[in-house]
Amino acid sequence: MAQAELPQKGMTQLHANVSQRQLISASFAILGLLVIFIVLVVLLALVVSLFIQGAPCLTWQFFTSFPSSNPEEAGILAAWVGSLLVMLVTMIIAIPLGVAAGIYLEEYASQNWLSALIEINVTNLAGVPSIVYGLLALGFFNQTLGLGESILTAGLTLGLLILPIVIVTTREALRAIPSLLREAAYALGASKWQMIWDHILPYSFGSILTGIIIGMSRAIGETAPLITIGALTFIAFLPPSPIQAEFPFISLEWLKAPFTVMPIQMFNWVSRPEQEFQVNAAAAGVILIFMTLALNGLAIYLRYRFRKGIKW
Amino acid sequence: MVVNNVKLVPNRFTTLVSAATATAAVIGLSIAAVNSQGSTVKIDGSSTVYPITEKIAEGFQKSTGTKVTVGISGTGGGFKKFCAGDTDISNASRPILKKEMDACRAKGISYIELPVAYDALTVVVNPANNWATNLTPAELKKIWEPGSTVKNWREVRSGFPNQPMTLFGPGADSGTFDYFTEAINGKSKASRKDFTASEDDNVLVQGVSRDKGALGYFGLAYYEANKSRLKAVKVNNVAPTPQNVINGSYTPLSRPIFIYVNSKSAKKPEVKRFVDYYMKNASNAVKSVKYVPLPANAYGEIAKRFNAGKTGTIFGGEEAVGLKIDDLITRELKN
Repeated sequence: MAQAELPQKGMTQLHANVSQRQLISASFAILGLLVIFIVLVVLLALVVSLFIQGAPCLTWQFFTSFPSSNPEEAGILAAWVGSLLVMLVTMIIAIPLGVAAGIYLEEYASQNWLSALIEINVTNLAGVPSIVYGLLALGFFNQTLGLGESILTAGLTLGLLILPIVIVTTREALRAIPSLLREAAYALGASKWQMIWDHILPYSFGSILTGIIIGMSRAIGETAPLITIGALTFIAFLPPSPIQAEFPFISLEWLKAPFTVMPIQMFNWVSRPEQEFQVNAAAAGVILIFMTLALNGLAIYLRYRFRKGIKW
Repeated sequence: MVVNNVKLVPNRFTTLVSAATATAAVIGLSIAAVNSQGSTVKIDGSSTVYPITEKIAEGFQKSTGTKVTVGISGTGGGFKKFCAGDTDISNASRPILKKEMDACRAKGISYIELPVAYDALTVVVNPANNWATNLTPAELKKIWEPGSTVKNWREVRSGFPNQPMTLFGPGADSGTFDYFTEAINGKSKASRKDFTASEDDNVLVQGVSRDKGALGYFGLAYYEANKSRLKAVKVNNVAPTPQNVINGSYTPLSRPIFIYVNSKSAKKPEVKRFVDYYMKNASNAVKSVKYVPLPANAYGEIAKRFNAGKTGTIFGGEEAVGLKIDDLITRELKN
């Protein structure tokens, strides 16, 4: 009798055990869902309240006016143009350098202490606070190279700032390509460069792009390093146009121009005593959020497009 | 493993490059060639002086077309650039210090010191605070001195209610902090440390307006813009009003604020015109941003100092507390 009872008891215990685990598992799922829900609600509430606060300010005039001490007249023309131009320089610096460095480290570098050292440094650089880049840029670009407080200095600084992000994501994207593909390319007589350029890069391009755009959306919100290198707060004129009416039609004078960017303009308005400026700040915040969201949206779309053509 | 629909790579990069070029072109076209004439007047420095200079710069640029840029890197940061010869004018919420004078001298830069307005540091409490309408500097010192353990209003003065006290003040990088500690505690930057500090004065306004037992201090402009949410405390029975600042009775918490002009830059026509415009319009600009203007004749006297090119500072590199407006004009300049 005791022998029959034992497995019986064991089975009930097992059942109890299983249902208990299922309960824990289910409750964890609910907990996770709840956490996501809370985060989303908080985020949404912030964005919506910012939007409601800034809505009266979001007019065409706001985009086409310079900063002013009169809140109604103040606008973000200098700021958004500055942000765009700085981003352009950042892109031109960070993308070729970052992708090339990623390719080298992943495909060419031999596994020795040097590449290990570089790897550790790159990973560490990705976590360095942005103000440190600002100080570096102030000393090196601004003073040693004599580039001054210009769009070029800002672009170089932010380019450096996101370089580690671009390198790390490029490497990860390349690593995700099965080595079978590399071997197949070699088997057909492709050189190493042909293999990378014709196969590895196209297949990993979507992921590389995601990394680049995540880097860019970090750069667009950076304030600290730009304040350090001397971004301005009041500037009521635009940099010289890159397209000229006379020969040679293209001018690089704008690289040397003083500038301000969106987050600095916003910060300046937030710290003003007059309540009216808070509305301007909220409106600038809404636009900044939309700029970032647009960049991220673009990243998601591009990744989707590029991955659609590739089936493993 | 099927790979199809993957276009040639060069195409993709070409697309990217052409997209970038197109962006550049769009930016280029959207930017009308606004800047054609003249060089720029470069200004940097204190965030306290910024609103006044911004107002002036805006008007000046509209009326003359000369380009002006104003940055905010703090009084100290501003002097760093000024003494390196990077800027024409430096905004300063305190007089130039000894070490900054030395830095300027090392680079061969001399400067003309021009007071532009007065600021009254305002001690504020919550509107629900009905007991503290007046505090003496000694009581403020008791609250704010280094190592102070005052945690309750009844410790400040007998007769004050049993109400826990929370303190708000500007951060240690602020010129306001330097001046307040100098004026109240007798030594610049000497302060108790257990208070809520923020470089953003609006944070302090929020803090004081939400806590019945709160006490804080910041520039007059922030009190003027938030009068409905705050109550200003009289110091030695004198309220922080423009009249009391001008007649010198609101002491020791009123301070002059300055611009420093590089004397080499002052010879450039656009800088000279800018400073002339500044002195002519300072009174209105200062009033509109809620600071206290100097008397009209004082601006005249200061403009004379500028036009005569008299360099140096009247402070000799030290903080001075409780200076009268006359002192600013008549005291001897030291290089």
